[in-house]
Amino acid sequence: MTDSLGLKRTRRQKSQRVYTLLFGLTMLGLATALVLNALEDSIVFFYSPSDLRERSISPEQRIRVGGLVELGSWKKAKSQTVHEFTVTDGKNKITATFNGILPDLFREGQGVIAEGRLKNNRLFIAEEVLAKHDENYMPREVADALKKSGHWNKGSGSRRSSGEPK
Amino acid sequence: MHRYANPSRFIRIADTIFPWAGGIMITAFAIGLYLALLKSPADYQQSEMVRIMYIHVPAAWMALFTYAFMALSSAAVLIWKHPIALLSAKAAAPIGASFTVICLATGSLWGKPMWGTWWVWDARLTSVLILLFLYLGYIALINAFDETERGGKAASLLALVGAVNLPIIKYSVDWWNTLHQPASVFRLDGPAIHPDMLWPLIIMAIAFKMFLLTTLVTRIKSELIAARVQNVQRSLHGNLADGRG
Repeated sequence: MTDSLGLKRTRRQKSQRVYTLLFGLTMLGLATALVLNALEDSIVFFYSPSDLRERSISPEQRIRVGGLVELGSWKKAKSQTVHEFTVTDGKNKITATFNGILPDLFREGQGVIAEGRLKNNRLFIAEEVLAKHDENYMPREVADALKKSGHWNKGSGSRRSSGEPK
Repeated sequence: MHRYANPSRFIRIADTIFPWAGGIMITAFAIGLYLALLKSPADYQQSEMVRIMYIHVPAAWMALFTYAFMALSSAAVLIWKHPIALLSAKAAAPIGASFTVICLATGSLWGKPMWGTWWVWDARLTSVLILLFLYLGYIALINAFDETERGGKAASLLALVGAVNLPIIKYSVDWWNTLHQPASVFRLDGPAIHPDMLWPLIIMAIAFKMFLLTTLVTRIKSELIAARVQNVQRSLHGNLADGRG
């Protein structure tokens, strides 16, 4: 008699613990979601050219701009270390200049993130350039075959050989 | 559930699992490493550097998987006070922490030649670093109390609270702009990896998973045996004290 009563009590305690934990975790998840939502501006690693249009960023502010290097936009100065290229997100674009050595993966049509300051609405002075690669992995022959058959989508993935600066 | 709380039964199960998991692990590592390092094609963008992926990605998956396992075990600790659950969570923590270190280290080595930087504070990289700190915090907390039960309770709570980080890691690349690229394998519209590269990756992932299984059952088993030794020592000690008194 007392045994079954005790068993009932522990069972009730157990389900109580389950509900307490579930409630606690739900609240925690909710709080985290709210915090992350509120902090979104500082969590994003870079702004797209369209983001730059929407917000007013002063020239003193150090920011990162990310997007694709527009096809045919990469120009190299005689000094070989001064580069100019256009970062685009498909809707808006901005021209960036950079004096330094670009990462190996820097290519026209590939993702790029430039850190630096806005000179004006049109020009971005980059102090550091990072290459961003996309989620597609394939052998070179497959990429070439795709391009040949015309199944190559988006502006991404043009090879360096075809995208040398003018 | 409590059927498996019996230490002798658990050790028997562990002894059955171990040779199978170990055998699969060795085979998968042999085939996986051969395919990944020698046979698989170079990437059209990253060329040979892509081979880091075959270590980096399975390590990252296992870092997340091990944490999920630890969190579920911790829930069992808090709800049912299941004794083996605490041991398995405790045994899993250092393994998961090691996977996380491998993931961060290989990621850094990969990031330098590809992205042009060892480390950035983007959402993916930062959330994985937090995962490492959660593992380390769990290990520190569970050993911080003299009473095992109190330490176990506090650490289990930390493990559960930290589980909120898992979806953040997974979706960080979709929710925010990051330097890290979005998922290549677990995506709604199928993997974005060529099969010649996907298969070595899957085999390496199996090898990593079997590594977790073998080390986990070994660690739990040794914890159980250690507890048994401690009990014997204590009772011997008690008998001696009784004899003297």
